[in-house]
Amino acid sequence: MQDANQDVIQGTLDMLILKTVSLAPLHGYGIARRIEEISRDVFKVNAGSLLTALKRLERAGWLDSEWRQTENSRRAKFYRLTRSGRKQLGVETADWNRRIAAVARVLGAES
Amino acid sequence: MSIWRQLSHGVRALFDRKTADEDIADEVKQYLDEATEALMASGLTPAEARRAARLEHGDASVIREQVRSYGWENVVEAGATDLRHAARRLRRSPGFTVVAVFTVALGIGASTSILSVLNPILFDALPYPDSDRLVAVTDRSIDGAPVEVTFGTYREVADRGRSFESLAVMRPWRPTLVGEGEPERLDGQQVSAGYFDVLGVTPALGDGFDPADDRVSGRRVVILADGLWRRRFGGDSAIVGRDVRLDGQAFTVAGVMPPGFENVLAPTAQVWSLLQYDASLPSHDGREWGHHLRMLARLRAGVGLAAVRADLDAIARQPVREFARPAWASLDRGLAVAPLRDEVAGPVRPTLLAVLGAVVLLLAIACVNVTHQLLARGVRYRGELAIRTALGAGRGRLMRQLLTESLLLAALGGALGVLLAALGVEALRALAPPGLPRTDAIGIDGTVLGAAVGVTTVVGLIAGLGAALIAPRGDLSVELQLASRRSTGNHLPARRALVVAQVALALVLLVGAGLLLRSLQRLFVVPAGFDPANVLVLQVQTSGERFDDDVATSLFFDQALQAVRGVGGVLSAGLTSQLPLSGDFDRYGVTLTPADEAGADGGAFRYAVSPDYFETLRIPLQRGRLLDASDDRAGAPRAVVINASLAARRFPGRDPIGERVHVGRTDLPAYTIVGIVADVKQASLAVAGEEAVYVPAAQWYFADRARWLVVRTQGDPADLTTAVKQAIWSVDADQPIVRTSTLPHMLAVSEAQRRFALIVFEAFALLALVLAGIGIYGVLAGSVAERTRELGLRAALGASRGNVLGLVIGQGLTMAAAGTVVGLVTAVVTSRLLSSLLFGVSRLDPLTYVGGIAVLTAVTVIACWIPARRAARVDPAITLRME
Repeated sequence: MQDANQDVIQGTLDMLILKTVSLAPLHGYGIARRIEEISRDVFKVNAGSLLTALKRLERAGWLDSEWRQTENSRRAKFYRLTRSGRKQLGVETADWNRRIAAVARVLGAES
Repeated sequence: MSIWRQLSHGVRALFDRKTADEDIADEVKQYLDEATEALMASGLTPAEARRAARLEHGDASVIREQVRSYGWENVVEAGATDLRHAARRLRRSPGFTVVAVFTVALGIGASTSILSVLNPILFDALPYPDSDRLVAVTDRSIDGAPVEVTFGTYREVADRGRSFESLAVMRPWRPTLVGEGEPERLDGQQVSAGYFDVLGVTPALGDGFDPADDRVSGRRVVILADGLWRRRFGGDSAIVGRDVRLDGQAFTVAGVMPPGFENVLAPTAQVWSLLQYDASLPSHDGREWGHHLRMLARLRAGVGLAAVRADLDAIARQPVREFARPAWASLDRGLAVAPLRDEVAGPVRPTLLAVLGAVVLLLAIACVNVTHQLLARGVRYRGELAIRTALGAGRGRLMRQLLTESLLLAALGGALGVLLAALGVEALRALAPPGLPRTDAIGIDGTVLGAAVGVTTVVGLIAGLGAALIAPRGDLSVELQLASRRSTGNHLPARRALVVAQVALALVLLVGAGLLLRSLQRLFVVPAGFDPANVLVLQVQTSGERFDDDVATSLFFDQALQAVRGVGGVLSAGLTSQLPLSGDFDRYGVTLTPADEAGADGGAFRYAVSPDYFETLRIPLQRGRLLDASDDRAGAPRAVVINASLAARRFPGRDPIGERVHVGRTDLPAYTIVGIVADVKQASLAVAGEEAVYVPAAQWYFADRARWLVVRTQGDPADLTTAVKQAIWSVDADQPIVRTSTLPHMLAVSEAQRRFALIVFEAFALLALVLAGIGIYGVLAGSVAERTRELGLRAALGASRGNVLGLVIGQGLTMAAAGTVVGLVTAVVTSRLLSSLLFGVSRLDPLTYVGGIAVLTAVTVIACWIPARRAARVDPAITLRME
C-alpha cells in the first residue's frame, strides 16, 4: 500500500469532485474523505490541489458554495452542484467511460 | 464556462483581497482542523495529531498560497506590482526619467504629427464611394511625362472606352462673385456635366447639372460649395433656381454640395459650372483641342488597371474617322492611367516618403536612447538586481520588471508625445508646402492615435527587451561583490554598441539634411533667367460685363500700367499673362511654316506681354531684338520673341530670326520671329529646357483677363504695395487684385517642398546629434569613474595630463569612428529615398558626407571633453589611498 501510486489520475479530479458533491453538499475535507473512502483508499487527495480545484470549479459555475455549520459545529465552506455542474458531470462521465473502454479494449486485445 | 463568474470572483478578489484571503485561510484552517480531529479520534494526542496532519496535507501557508495563486486576478496584481515598482524606481531617478520620457515624447510627437499629414494622402481611401474605382487619365508628352488631355480626346475616350462607368473633364475657373457685399474672386472649376456622378457625390440641395445644359451657349448654371453658400448666401435653402452673378453674368444655382464634400483635385474650389464645349468637335482650332483638361473616370466594377490600360492603348493606336485628331493630340504615345489616389498624392509623395524615413530614424534613435538610459541607470541598480536574484526572483520576473519600466516610460513619453503632436499638426499645417493635397483631412484621428499607441508600445518593447537582454547576466557572486564595492560602469561593451548605433543614425540624418541643404543651395544659384530682386508682382483680373469686350480689357490694363509707372519709386513696369514660378501653366502649340517633324508636343509657354516686360524682369536678349511699342498694336506686323531652348530644338543649325511660326491657332496669320531671349524658369527651378514664346498682348487673338503687373522698384518692393494698388484702383476701383507678392518670395515658395523636407531633416538631425552626444558623454563618464584607479596609477607613473586627456578622447573617438562607418554604409543605402528631392548634387556627394562626419566628430570631442578633464584631474595620491 505504501508504495502504490495514490495520486488521483490526471484530469479526473474535477470529475471525482463533481460526482462526490452530486450526492450531497460537502466541505473540502469532507470531499477528500469521501473520495478516499469510496475509492477504498486507492486515491489520496492533496489538500492544496483539492481546494484549488474547488475554487476553479466554482468559478466555472459548476459548484456553488456557502459557509455554514458542520455537525461538530465548525464553520465550513460547503459546496453544492449547480445545474450546469450536473451537465458537466454527465459530459465528463461519458467521456471517461468512452476512454476507459477504449483502454480496456487495447489492453485486452489478443495478439 | 461562466465568464461572468470568472470576472466577478476575480474582481472581488482584486478589490477586496483581505476578505478573499481570509476566506481561503478559514477554509484551509477548517480543513486541517478536521484532519487533526480525525487523527485524534484514531488515538493521537492533539500535538501529535497536528504534526501528523501537517505532514500528511502540507503546511497551511503553502496550501493557502497554492489556492490563492489560482485566478487571473493574480496576473493583474503582479502587473500592478511591477508597475508600482517601476514607478517608484523612475521617481528615484528623476533626471533619467525626464530625459527618457522627453526622448520618447519627441519621437512620438514628431511621428504622430507627420503621420497625421501622411495618413489622408498616402494611406486613407479618398472620401468617395468605391473610391478605388476612380482613376485619372492623362495624355503623354514627347518625354513621356503626363500632360492634360484635350476635349477631343475626352470625347473619343468617352465614346469608345469600354472600361468606364462614367468620365468627366475639368479645368480651373476663377470667377468674380458680385452682388451683396464686396466683389470676391472665387476658386472654382468648369466641369463636364458628369463630374459629380464620377465622384459619386450628389448635391445636398438641388438636382445638380443637367447634361442638356453642357453645350455651347447652353443655360448658365452653377453649383455652390457648402461653405460659400453659408458665407455669402446665409445658407438660404431657397437658393436653388435663383440667379447669382459671376463675372457680371447671371448663373442659375443648380445645387449646393453637402458640407463634408471634399474636392480632392481642387480643394479650394467653391463653385462649379459647366465647360459647355462643342461636343461635335467642329475644327482643330478651337479650345476643344487645347491640352488643358484633367480627365477623371470611374471604372466599371471589377475592371482592373491592366484592363483599362489595354482598353486605352487600343483606342490610342486605332484612330477612327469620327474622331480625327490633330498632330498635337495624336495619342501616338498612348494614354496614361493612374488611380486617382496616386494622382492626388503624386506630386508630394517623394517629399512625404523622405520625411517618413526621417521619422523612422528619429524613432529608432529614441528606442536606442531609452535602452541606453535604462542600461546606464540600471548600472546603479545592478546591486539591487543581483540581490533580488540571489533571493530567488526569477530571471523572467526581472525581465518583466525592466519591460514594465520601459513600457511605463514609453507610455508617459507617448502621452506627452500626442500632446506635442497636437501642436505639431498646427505647425505642419502652417509649414506645409503649397500644393499639399487634402490639408482639410489633416488631423489626429482614430487611425493616427491608434498608430501612436502602437508605435509607443513598440518603442517600449524594443527598449525594454534590449535592456533586459543585455542587463543582469553572469555570475551572481561577482555581481554581489560589485554591488558591495562602489563600482559603476558595467555593461560598457553593450552601451558602447548602443552609442555606435546612435552615432550611425545621427550621421544618416545629418547626411540627409546636408544633401537637401546643398540641393536648395544649388537650386537657388540656378539662374532663374530673370532678376527677381526688387520686383513687386500683382495679378489683376478684370471683372464685369463691360470687360467681355477685348478692347475694354486691353484699355484697362494699359491704363493701369500707365498709372503704376507714375508711382514714385517705380523704375519700370510691365504686363504679362503668366508669371515665372507662380504656378501658372499656360502652353500653346508652336507650328512652324512649313511644319516640321517635331510637331507641337506639349507646346511652349505662351506669354502675352507688354514690351517693357523684358526690361522690367531683365531677361537678357541673345539675338535679334526685343518686342517694342510699335509691335504692341493690333494692326502691326505680327512679331514674336522665342527663348533659347525653343530655338535650339526647333531650329537646329539655322537662324530662327525671320522664320514664321503659328502659336496656337493655325488659321490666323503667322508670327515672324524677331528675337531670341535666354530661358526663364517657369514650372520650377529644377526643370531645364522649357520652351517659351513671347507675343505682344495686342497681337494675341483674345485679351487675357488675368494679367500680372511686374513692377521694378527702387527700394523694398513690399513698401510700394499700397501705392501701386491705389494706382490700379484709380483706373477702376472694382477690379480685384488677386495675388500680391514679390519675386524673391515667389522664388522661395516655388521650392517649398524641398524646404519643408529640409526643415524636418535639420530638426531631426539636430536632435539626433544631441542624443548621440549625451550617449557618448554618458559612456565616457562611466568609464572614467570606473578607471579612476588605473588613471591615478598612470598619473603616478608619470603620464602627463595631455596623455590622459588623449586616452579618454581617443576612446570617445573610437566609438564615433565605429558609428561613422556603420552610418556611412546606411546613409549610402538609404539616401536613395531622397534622390528625387535632390538637385544638382549626387546622393553620394562626398562633401556632404565629409561635412556630416566633421560635425559628428566635433560633437564627439565636445562630449568627451568633460569626462576627459575629470580624468586628467585625478589625483594619484587620493586614488591610491582609496584602495
